[in-house]
Formats: sequence, structure tokens, C-alpha cells
Amino acid sequence: MSVPDNVIQDELKPASFFKSLSIVDWVFAVLLLAGSVFAYQKYAYLMDGYEVGILFGTALSLVALGWWWKQTRVLMFAIAAISLLAILLYEPAIANLNKDGLFGRDAVAALSSLDDKTHSKFLFKYFLSSTSAIMWMSALFVIATFAYFFATFIRNEFAGKVASGLTWSATTMGFVGLMVRWRESYLIGADIGHIPVSNLYEVFILFAVVTALIYLHYEGKYKTKTMGGFVLLIISASIAFLLWYHFEKGAHEISPLVPALKSYWMKIHVPANFIGYGAFALAAMLGVAYLIRSKIEKSNPSSQAIQMLPSLNMLDDVMHKSIALGFAFFTIATVLGAMWAAEAWGGYWSWDPKETWALIVWLNYAAWLHMRLTKGWRGAPLAWWAVIGLFITTFAFLGVNMFLSGLHSYGEL
Amino acid sequence: MAEQGKIRQLTRRGILLDFLGSMNLAITILVIIAVASVIGTVLQQNQPYNNYIIKFGPFWHEFFKTLNLYDIYSASWFLVLLLFLVISTSVCIYRNVPVMLKDMRNYRLNAQLKTLRTMENSQDWQLSSDVQATENKIKQFLQVNRYQLREKQHADRKVITGMRGKWNRLGYMFAHVGIIVLCIGGFMDGTFDIALREWTGKSVVDINTELVKDMPEESQLKPGELFSFRGNISIPEGLKANFVLLQVREGRLVQYLPFAVELKDFRVEHYESGQPKSFESDLVIHDDQLDKPLEKTISVNYPLIYRGYHIYQASFGDGGSKLKFKVWPFNDYQLRTLDIDGVVQEERIIDTAKGQLTLEFVDFKKFNVFPAPKDDPQKRKFMNFGSSVVFKVRDSSGAAREYINFMSPVLQNERYVFITGMRTSVAEDYRYLHIPSDDNVSIDRFMKFHALLNNTPYVQKVAVETVNTILKDAPGGDQFRDNIIRVMMDLLDQFNYGGYQAIERYIRDAQVDNEQKRKMAEAYSKVLDTLMKSLYVEVLRQEGVDVEKGINRAQEQFYFDALDALRQLHLYGTPFYLQLTDFTHRESSGLSIAKLPGKNIFYLGCLMVIIGIFLLFYVTHQRVWLVMYTGENGASHLLFAGSGNRNQSDFRQHFQELSEKVDAILKA
Repeated sequence: MSVPDNVIQDELKPASFFKSLSIVDWVFAVLLLAGSVFAYQKYAYLMDGYEVGILFGTALSLVALGWWWKQTRVLMFAIAAISLLAILLYEPAIANLNKDGLFGRDAVAALSSLDDKTHSKFLFKYFLSSTSAIMWMSALFVIATFAYFFATFIRNEFAGKVASGLTWSATTMGFVGLMVRWRESYLIGADIGHIPVSNLYEVFILFAVVTALIYLHYEGKYKTKTMGGFVLLIISASIAFLLWYHFEKGAHEISPLVPALKSYWMKIHVPANFIGYGAFALAAMLGVAYLIRSKIEKSNPSSQAIQMLPSLNMLDDVMHKSIALGFAFFTIATVLGAMWAAEAWGGYWSWDPKETWALIVWLNYAAWLHMRLTKGWRGAPLAWWAVIGLFITTFAFLGVNMFLSGLHSYGEL
Repeated sequence: MAEQGKIRQLTRRGILLDFLGSMNLAITILVIIAVASVIGTVLQQNQPYNNYIIKFGPFWHEFFKTLNLYDIYSASWFLVLLLFLVISTSVCIYRNVPVMLKDMRNYRLNAQLKTLRTMENSQDWQLSSDVQATENKIKQFLQVNRYQLREKQHADRKVITGMRGKWNRLGYMFAHVGIIVLCIGGFMDGTFDIALREWTGKSVVDINTELVKDMPEESQLKPGELFSFRGNISIPEGLKANFVLLQVREGRLVQYLPFAVELKDFRVEHYESGQPKSFESDLVIHDDQLDKPLEKTISVNYPLIYRGYHIYQASFGDGGSKLKFKVWPFNDYQLRTLDIDGVVQEERIIDTAKGQLTLEFVDFKKFNVFPAPKDDPQKRKFMNFGSSVVFKVRDSSGAAREYINFMSPVLQNERYVFITGMRTSVAEDYRYLHIPSDDNVSIDRFMKFHALLNNTPYVQKVAVETVNTILKDAPGGDQFRDNIIRVMMDLLDQFNYGGYQAIERYIRDAQVDNEQKRKMAEAYSKVLDTLMKSLYVEVLRQEGVDVEKGINRAQEQFYFDALDALRQLHLYGTPFYLQLTDFTHRESSGLSIAKLPGKNIFYLGCLMVIIGIFLLFYVTHQRVWLVMYTGENGASHLLFAGSGNRNQSDFRQHFQELSEKVDAILKA
């Protein structure tokens, strides 16, 4: 009773967002913006106005992301530090090789080659070159998958933390791989350099890291690691494809861009798309978990296995959120794609197989969301539908490129 | 509300609206559109009808054609489906928007205590004292949490309600109106007016006419006659065009432009791998409205928009390069060559021993870069095969073979060879003939050698000389030698006619047992080889090589390579070899020209949909109620309840936090 009113009022006020930011947050923001100003000064001559906009827009978005989801500050810092180390080491190493008469692609290859004993450098060979960073990512994701299942099986909190740690590390290495690959493409040839989201090999890496990030977000928000194994399964599947693609087809070779892809649109269209694909894939895997758990609950309600699976309510909830997130970004990506098509192909909508399948995916999830939001569907039917949705999405992502011909044939196998 | 609903259902209009606005209809249409769209991606659209007939047979072709499956996205039934989607969405908006707008303003001050108590999120406190002070604090607390408050004193209770996130309701409107707007934009840029013109007979799609100037009146469209269109035109360097061609099913229409586009220059840059790196066209727009022609360079991803017409760089090709050839005849032992000219995309007739043949020059390429073999001695990644020409040779029956000839000899296995490929249909791969080059890296020696093999009197002479030299002292005398010479001539004849296969056939048909056949084959190959070597030495001698001193390794290798080429020559199919000797390259630029008046409407619709989706998913329309009432025991009570229209678990957590703070205020 004796507490003065204004004290209570202060207490009740939700702290102003900017006041809630710590000194670390501000240092993070300043570093990130300084980094983008540096990138602008160094590479402005390679960018057009839109790309400058994308650079600073990305920087601001990343600041917002880091402020809103604190763990990503560490992630970004790690990615930046390792990538910068690689880039800084690359310059002198390449200069040395130039003296030996190795240039461009040969020089980059020699540094990280497993066969070349004279030129290759330990750090590049086993850690820093884009291919070895991507190998690290692949290995870590696969180990993390087992770790999640193991952790839920023995119900050990520490094991769960290890699994999370592995997933964060895998994501870091995946992004490092992409960053270094970006730089490598310019080291191979100034006219070859491009952001590594231009072919199937590169977007598979993007898919793995984006899906992992979306998952890590829900893991933190719902404070459970029981979903991890299921989501990491689809990531591991994409890793299996990636490795096959690398070793069987030599897809990791950096190839130059066709003229149609030389556009700033690629930098926004592709990542937006993969937030969509990643979120849909995640929802489908949670759908699988949902169906397994509800089946066990029906047949054997006292089973121990139930305790190892996430609760149905949570699965239903995260599945819905993930599809909503995916749908929002997939819509943006498709619209950006239409705007790009209007500049490159002469029309914003040509009923090209890729466009049409994007529409089919969109219609599918639109129907899913309507069923949930207005018809009040819940549970198993939507879980099944989310799983089917993944097949439709996979066809739009891969099948179109493999089986149908059209304008959008950049990711052919 | 329930009453009204019942009344409305009884009217016919109400039934119709209920049907059109029902979610079941909307979902059904979404699914049907999705399935129909799948057909359009699996069945390749707008191919020449002949392809479909071959693929499906005449019966199914007719069936598919009737259903318009070859141009499904312009089919009237597909448009009707889209129209239904638009109608269904419109009805849905018509019915829901007033309710939602009302909901945004309605603070639900009349909520019943009973109802609020049964809500998932509600909590009740018995108050000790000082209701007024706490009430103000809680109100302030809700306000800082961005709740807008209203209050009402009822007879038995006081109700304070808070609301936030009402924009969620506008999300619905944005998303759904957006869909209609983008459909309208898309429809404006669709092919509806072509369909309308065809239906009314104003326009007729032209199928057969080759040249635009010969196209019939009803296949031509004046500028502005079509509301929107997308067409293509290929302009050779130095020429201009004032029309585009519109592909409609298996035929086309010509749409004239209110200006002319001239291609001043076309440039293409290549990567090391030979892939095109960039291509761009220097265009000049000639228009009476302009004081002077407008010059502008366009490239992929960087179109020109002029007077609402979008001009895109789409492709490139040969614009009629001028070519010079030397024709080497294969059946003239005097080797009388012929110089001829050709132009890409044109044809000319040539007289040969096999009668008149038509040469159709299909394409010319200045560079041909291919990946080098892995064990390339020069460690090249790529190799440039130089210029090439593709042409067809058509005989009087209409049958044609397609050839590709590379202008310069290509280094392979450390020696230069002339490469020429042949196929009998476009569906096949080329089969290549490698013609060895001589000491001057020219094709002359091979041609002379080949001519010599066909020069029967000369071969006879050489055969006689050879046999007489080698078998001078052989038993059997002249008769034996004559026999050998006859066999020699015979064998060479067979070889010229059909390569080693002909000789094999010749042996197989002989009336002797297998052992003897084997011996025959051995003997024959020796005999033939002897003769050919003698002839080859003759060729070298004519070239001025001092053969008495022996021949060098390259000259020896040439013989084996020439033999390889000669034995396949009978499969080559034309009685001559066309050697490309010179060219004047002329490129053409493929432009796509479109008029899309609905583009910005479409984009507006897209933007609305995106805004709508984010409002719908990331803003929740949340309400809280504070009810102060007197309980049955006479004590003052406070009921706190809340609801959100999305993400129940998030709202539960939010409400939990709110009520904890309310609790703290009450206990302070």
C-alpha cells in the first residue's frame, strides 16, 4: 500500500524495446553496419543501386534478427569470423600460387586439393575452403540427427544440448561454406563471381541451413529437443543428395552464370524461396512425428515411446506456424520471381512449368491454411496434408527441373 | 444474427450466395485449378500439332485438341475456373467484410459474465478494498500494453474492455481483395482479346504462310488493335522491323507496332567455356513522334520500355551470314572442284552426278567451344573447334541429311583433322568423319588420294607396276601376276563402293570353306594394302616428296588415318565434301516485345496479398475484459478474461503474463 503509484506503473510498463537492448546488442549492430559500409566501400564498383539497397537492407534485417533472436548474434559472429579468416588467408596464398603459374580456378583448386601435396594448405584442405566447410556441415548435420534421437531416447538433457550445439555448428559451417564459395567464385575469375544461390548444389546447402535455423528457432521457443531428430532427418536427406551430387556429378565446381541469372533479383528471390521450402519441409517432418505419436497413442497408450515424442498440441501448433511462415515467404518469393520474369523473359507470368508449380504449391498451402483457420481442422488430417505438401513442394523444387522443360532450367541434374 | 441467417437462406439469392461463398466451393476450385495446372506442365504446351499426333495418335490428339489441352491456360474452361475463383472470393468478401469491419469497432461491452467465465482464458479475484485505485492501475497497465479501452456501467456490473491487433481483420480483406485485383491485372494481359477476335471471326490464325508480307489480311493486326500481347521478332543486324509475331496454338498472327525497331549492332560475349556470358543489342527506335531516332542498348534483364511497349532481349541467332565454299567431288577422278556461295537460312541447287541436290544452309557458328578430354596433352579445359556450318542436303525425293562441317582442322591425338558430321534426322546424334590433313594442314592430299583411288586407268597402271616389281620372280609367271592384278582392281572397286564391309561380303559369298575364307581374307587385305600403299606413294610423289629417301612419321600416320576415313566414306551419303573457305558473319537478335497494361494492377494485387498475409499471420486480434461485479456473498469481484483469434498457445502465454501482473497490482 505504501508503494507509490509511479513505481508500480514503471514496473508494469513493458520495457521499451530499445531500452531492453544490452551493450552487446549495440556492439553487434555497430559491427554489422560497419561491416556493410566496409563491403560497400570495397565492392561498390561491382554493385548497382539495387544491390547497394540489398546490402544495407540485409544488414538492417540481420540487426533486427540478432536483436529479436539473441543466439543468432553468436551465429553471425562465428560465420563472419571464420569466413573472414578464410578470405584473408586466401589472398596471399593465391598470390603465391600465381608465382608458380597457377591462376584462377587452378589456384583455388590447388589450395584445397586432397591430391596436390605441394600447393595445398592444411587449413584450406581440411577446414576453410568452401568444399571442406560444406563437408563439415554435412558431417555435423548427420551426427546431429543421431544425437537428437539418442538424446530423446536416453532422455538426457546434456545429450540434447550436444545435439543442439552440433546443429548450430553445422549451420555455421554451412554459411561459412557459402560465404567462402562466394569469394572463391571471384578468385576463379572476376567475370565468374556470383552469389552462391545459382544452381542446385548451392541451393541445397541453403536449404539445409535455412531449415536448420527455422528449426532452432522453434527449439528455443518451445524449449524442447524432441522435434530435432525428425527435422534433422529431412536435412540429412538433403545432405545425402548433396554428397551424391558432389561426388557423382562433380556439381561442386563453380560455374559461370547464364545471362538471365545475372541480376540483383537472384539475391532476394532465391533466399525468400528457400525460407518457404525450409518451413514447408519442417512442417512435413513434424507432421510425420504427429502421425507416429497419434498412432502409438491409439494402439498402445502406455507406451514409453510416447514420452520421447513431442506433444501433439505442440506439433500441431508448430506445424501451423511453420506453414504460415513458409506461405508468407513463398508468396513473397513467387511475386519477386514474377517481377524478375517481367524483366528477363518479357512477362510476369508465362505459365512456365516452374511458375505453374509454384502456383500449385501456393494453392496447396492456401487450401491447408483455409482448412485450419476457417474450417477449424486440426491434427491428423492436416499432418497428412503437410506430408503430402512436401511431395508437391519437392516436385516444384526438384522434379520440375528434372522432368519438365522450361525457361527456369537452371538447376538441372 | 441466427434469425437473419435463416431468413436469408430461404431466398433464392441467399442460397446462391451461400453456395458461391462457401469454403467448400472455394477449396474445390483451388484443387481443380491446381490439377488442371499440372496437366499443362506435364503436357508440353503450344508445340506443333504434328508432334502431338506422333505422340498420342490421331484419336487422342483430336480429343485433347477439343479440350484445348495444348493451350490449357487460354482454354475457356480454365478461364471459367479462374472466374469462379474470383466470384467465390468476391462473395466471401461481400459477406465477411461488413462483419469484420464491425468487429474491428465492436468492443463487446455487453459480454455476459457467464460467457466470460467459461472462456479458456479467464481468472476471477475477490477484492478486498479500494476498487477505484486498482481499477485505474489496471487500466493504465493495459494501455501501456497497447490495449485500447472502452468501458460501460451495467446495472449489475462494470465492464472495461480492451482490444488490440484489430488490423488482423483488414489482413483478410487485403489478401482476398488482392487476389481479385491480381486476377484482373493478369486477365488484362492475357489472350482474351485474341480469343474474342477469333470467335467473332475478326482474326484468323495463319498456319502456312512463310513470309510476313504474304500473310492474309485477317491475320494482321494494326497497332493498338490488341489490348495486350506478347510477341517475338528476330532482326538481323542492319535491318529494322515494325511488327512482332504472336504464336497462337499451331499458327501465328502478326501484330504491327506504331514504330520500327532497327538492330544497329548485336554483341555477344563468351566465357572461356564458350557459354554466352552476355548479349546485347544496340537498338534504334524510328517513330514519327520522335524528333530524332531513339538509340538504346538492351540486354538480358535490362529491357527498354517505350510508349508502353516492353522490348526485351530474348535470344540470338544467325541473321544470314554469307558463306563461301569449295565443293570437292567424290566421284570425279579429275577432282574438278567448284566454288559456291551460300547464305544462312537460304538454299541453292547444285548439280551432281547423282542429279540435282538442294543445299539448305541452316546455321553458322563462329565459335564452337567444347570441354577438352581429361587427358588433353596441352592440359586445356576447353578447346575451340572454330567456325562451323550446318546444312542440309535434300534430294529430289525430299529426303534430307544434315551435315555439320568445321572450317578449320582440329588438333586431335596430336594431329590436325577436318571434322564433318552427318545425321539422317534431327533426332539423331551426328556421326563424325575425321579427314586427316596433310603436311600443309590442308585437306588436298586426302582428296587427291581419294580421287586417285577412283582413277581406274591410273590404278591399273600402278597395279601392274607394283605386281611386276614385287612378284618379278614369282612362280606362275604372267598369268599369276595378271590374276593378282585383276583381284587387286576388283578389291579396290569393292572398297570404293562399300569399304571393308563390301570386301567382307565378297569373301563371305565365295564358294569355299571357312579355312579358305580366312586365308582369302588375309591374302586380300595384304593385296589391297599393297596397292593402296603404292597409290599413296604415288600421291606423295606428285606432291613433290622425295619418296626414295623414305617418308616421315607424319606421312606414314596420314596413310592410316586416311584409310580409316576412306572405309567410312561410303556411309557419308553425299557425292561431295563442302569445305567452308570464307564467311561474313551476320548476327540477328531475338527480341520479345510485349504490351502489358495490366502489369501494375497485377503488382498492386500481389502487394495487397503480401500485406494481407502478414497482417493475418503476425497480428492477432486480441480482446480482454475486466468485469467488476458483486458476488453472491456480497463481496466485490474482478473477472479478467481474454481471447485472441489466432495462435491460441501464444495468447494463453500472453494472458498468463497479463493476469500475473493484474494479480500483482491487486496484491500491492
